Amino acid sequence: MEMDQYLEVFIEESKEHLQACNEHLLHLEKEPENITIVNEIFRSAHTLKGMAATMGYEDLASLTHQMENVLDAIRNMKIEVTPSILDVVFKAVDYLEEMIFSIADGGDGKKDVTDVVLLLKKIESGEHNTELNTSTTVEMNAESKHPAAKANYDDFELTVIQQSTEQGFNCYEITISLVDDCLLKAARVFMVFEVLEQVGEIIKSIPSVDQLEEEQFQNEFTVTLLSMESAEHIEKRIMKVSEIDKVVVQYFYSKETTSQPKELIQAQAEVAPALVEKVEHEKTEKETNHAPKSNSKNGSNHKTIRVNIERLDILMNLFEELVIDRGRLEQISKDLNHSELNETVERMSRISGDLQNIILNMRMVPVETVFNRFPRMVRQLARDLNKKIDLQIIGAETELDRTVIDEIGDPLVHLLRNALDHGIETPDVRLQSGKSEAGTVILRAYHSGNHVFIEIEDDGAGISRDKVIQKAINKGLVTAKGGESLTDSQVFDFIFSSGFSTAEKVSGVSGRGVGLDVVKNTIEALGGTITIQSEIGKGSMFSIQLPLTLSIISVLLVEVQNEKYAIPLSSIIETAIIKKSDILHAHNQKVIDFRGKVVPLVDLKEIFEVPISNEEDDYLSIVIVKKGDKSAGLIVDSFIGQQEIVLKSLGNYLSNVFAISGATILGDGQVALIIDCNALIK
Amino acid sequence: MSEQATALKVIVFSLLDEEYAIPVSQVRSIEKVQHITRVPRTEPYVKGVINLRGVVTPIIDLRTRFGMPETDYSDSTRIIIVATEDVEVGVVVDTANDVMDISMDTIEPPPEIVGSVEIEYLEGVAKLDKRLLILLNLDKVLNPDRVSKIEG
Repeated sequence: MEMDQYLEVFIEESKEHLQACNEHLLHLEKEPENITIVNEIFRSAHTLKGMAATMGYEDLASLTHQMENVLDAIRNMKIEVTPSILDVVFKAVDYLEEMIFSIADGGDGKKDVTDVVLLLKKIESGEHNTELNTSTTVEMNAESKHPAAKANYDDFELTVIQQSTEQGFNCYEITISLVDDCLLKAARVFMVFEVLEQVGEIIKSIPSVDQLEEEQFQNEFTVTLLSMESAEHIEKRIMKVSEIDKVVVQYFYSKETTSQPKELIQAQAEVAPALVEKVEHEKTEKETNHAPKSNSKNGSNHKTIRVNIERLDILMNLFEELVIDRGRLEQISKDLNHSELNETVERMSRISGDLQNIILNMRMVPVETVFNRFPRMVRQLARDLNKKIDLQIIGAETELDRTVIDEIGDPLVHLLRNALDHGIETPDVRLQSGKSEAGTVILRAYHSGNHVFIEIEDDGAGISRDKVIQKAINKGLVTAKGGESLTDSQVFDFIFSSGFSTAEKVSGVSGRGVGLDVVKNTIEALGGTITIQSEIGKGSMFSIQLPLTLSIISVLLVEVQNEKYAIPLSSIIETAIIKKSDILHAHNQKVIDFRGKVVPLVDLKEIFEVPISNEEDDYLSIVIVKKGDKSAGLIVDSFIGQQEIVLKSLGNYLSNVFAISGATILGDGQVALIIDCNALIK
Repeated sequence: MSEQATALKVIVFSLLDEEYAIPVSQVRSIEKVQHITRVPRTEPYVKGVINLRGVVTPIIDLRTRFGMPETDYSDSTRIIIVATEDVEVGVVVDTANDVMDISMDTIEPPPEIVGSVEIEYLEGVAKLDKRLLILLNLDKVLNPDRVSKIEG
C-alpha cells in the first residue's frame, strides 16, 4: 500500500504537532487573552486533521475537527478560555496522542472518543459556558404532544438548525422516557446518545449533558437531533436500547430568527455548516489534502532532514573501525619513522578527529525532547495532588547521546513525581511555614567537562536525615553507630535501596519504595551517577551525572606485568610515583598519604591475578582514581599513555567479570581490558 | 531412525587423539590461533578474549574444559568460532580439518563409560569404518552454569 511510506512521516509530524499543541495550550492557560496562541493551536490542529484524513484515519480527523470548532469559537471570541475548557481540550489532545501511538504500534487508530466529542460539542454550542446572546424562545409547532419539551434555543442553535434544514436535514425533538426502575440512568442516557450520534447530530439536550451524567433528572429527557433519517427509524433504534419506556420523536420547525447583528450571523454561519458538513466532507477531505501540504509546515528556522537512526548507527560503527585503524597507522608510522608518512598520518588524524566530533554530535539530541512532556505531566499531577507547582526548565538545549536520551526519560519522570508527591508540601502547609503558596521545582541540565548534569531541585520539605537513618537501621542496612559517622549524602544514598521509603502512606503516585532503586540502576547502567543533597525544611536536589558519549572514551593505558589495561580518564584524579617506603598500613590495608588524605591502595597485580614475570621496584606507579568523594590508588607497573579508544562490550558470555567494564582494540590489534574503577573503590 | 536420506554435515576436530564433531550450522568460522588477552577471575577454561575482525570474542580451551591436560599451541591448533542462540564463542582445538556428512543411522547414543569427557556434553557417537566421532552438545559445553568442578 503506497500509504506505508507516508506512514512514518505522518507519525513523526503528528507527534510534533501534538507536542506543539500541548505547549501552546499550557501557554494559553497563562495568557487566556492571547488570540495568536489560539491561532497557532488551530493551525496545528488543522494540519493534523488534514494529514489524518489523507491517511484515512477517520476517528482522528473527526476528533481533531471537533477540537478545531472549539478553537475557532475561542478565537472568534465566542467562548472564553477557562481551565475547565482547557481540560477538555487537553483530554482531546491526549486521545489524539493515544491514537497516534496506537497507529505507530501498527494499530488502526480507532478509538471511542464519544465522551470527549460530546464535551467539545457542548463547549462549542455554548452550553459549557453561558456567554451567548439572550436566547430567543421559539414557539413550538401546533401539534406539540409533549408540553414539557419546549426547548429554549439561542440564536446560535437556531442558525444551526436553520442551515441544516436548508441542507435537507430534519430537526427533531426527541423525548425519551426511561423505565421507572431503571438503575443506571446515566448509562442508558449514554447509550441513547450513542445511537443518536450514529444517525445524526445532537445539538442540544434538556437537561444539559452535565446534569444527565449526574443523573439529575427524573426519567425523561429531551434531545434535539439533526438527522437525515426518518422519525420512525430513529424511534425504532432508540427503542432497541433496553430500559427505554417511551420515545416520542417530533419535528421541530424554527421560526425565522429575529434580526441579529450581521457579524454574529456570519460567524455562526461559518461554524454551523462546518458542523453539518462534517458527516459529508470526511470523504472529500481525503482528496483535497496532499501529503506535501504537511511538509511545508515543517521548518521553523533551521533546515533539517530526517535521517533514519539505523543509518546513523551504521555510520558510527564504520567510524569506530576507522578509529582503530587510525591508531594502528599512528603506531606503525611511529615505528617506521618515515617523515612523509608521519605527516600524512598526522593530517589524517586531524581530519578524522574532526569527523569524529561531527559524527558524535549527530547522535546528540537536545534533552528538550525528554523535558517537553514534563510541563503537562506536572500540571496534571499538581491538580491531582492539590498542590501549586511552578516548574522551571533550564538548559533544555543541552545535548545528550541519543541512546542516553531514550533511557533517561523514565527515571526523570519518577524523580519529578517524587518531588511533587513527597517534596513539595500542600499550599496551606507552605503558607504556614512562611513559604510561597506555589512550590518551585527546577529541572536543570548543563555540560561540565566530559559530563552532562541533570538536576531536579525543589524548595519543599527536604529529607530528614534522622528518618532515613532510622529506616536504614530498621532494615539492617547500617548500625546506629555506623549511621552517625556517615555524611549526609551517604545517608541519603540509602533512599536508593530497594523497598526503602520513608513515606507514611502510599499514594497513587509514589511511596511504594519500588522506584528509586530502579532509577539508580538505570542511571548507573548508562555509566552515570546520582546523588542527593537536601536540607530539611528547605528542599532537596537530586543530581544526575551522565557521560557525554557512550562509545568513544579517553583512557590512560597502563601496564601490569605483561598485560595492558585501560583506565577511563574521567575516573582519574592524578598519577603519581611513590616509594615503597611511603606505604603505610591501616588495619591490614595498604594506604598512602596523598596530599593530606589517606588513600587506600589497590594492587592490580593481585586483584587481577596477573602472572608475575617482573620483579618489583622500589618505586611504584600509582593511578589515583575517584568515585564520588571516595578515592583509591591503583598500583600498576608503568604508564603507557593517554589514548582515545572505542569501547567494546565483552559480550553476553562474559558479562559479569569483576572490575572489568569492557574491552577495546588497541593499535596493534590486541584486545585490552577496561577497568571499572567504581568496583575497586569501596 | 529413518533409513538413509537425512545426513548431518559436521566439522570434525581433534583433541588429544580423539575426534569430535559438531554440526556445521553451529560453526561460524575456523581461525588460526592469535594473541589471546587474558580476562582475570573467570573460569579456568575461559582463556580470554580475541579481536575477531573488530568484535571482542571470548575463547574457551576445550582441553581444559574437558579436564584434559593442557598443551602448548602448535601450528595445527585452531580456534573454531561457534554460535549458540545468543553467544558467539571461540573454542581452541588441536586440529580441525574435516567436513563430512554423517548419515543418521550411524549415530548411536553415547556409551555409558567414564571417559575423558563428561557424558552430559555428548549428543552421541558416530561410527565410520575405523573412526569414532564423538558428537558434542555445544549448549552444555558452553553453558557456564553446568560446569562440573574439574579440579585441575
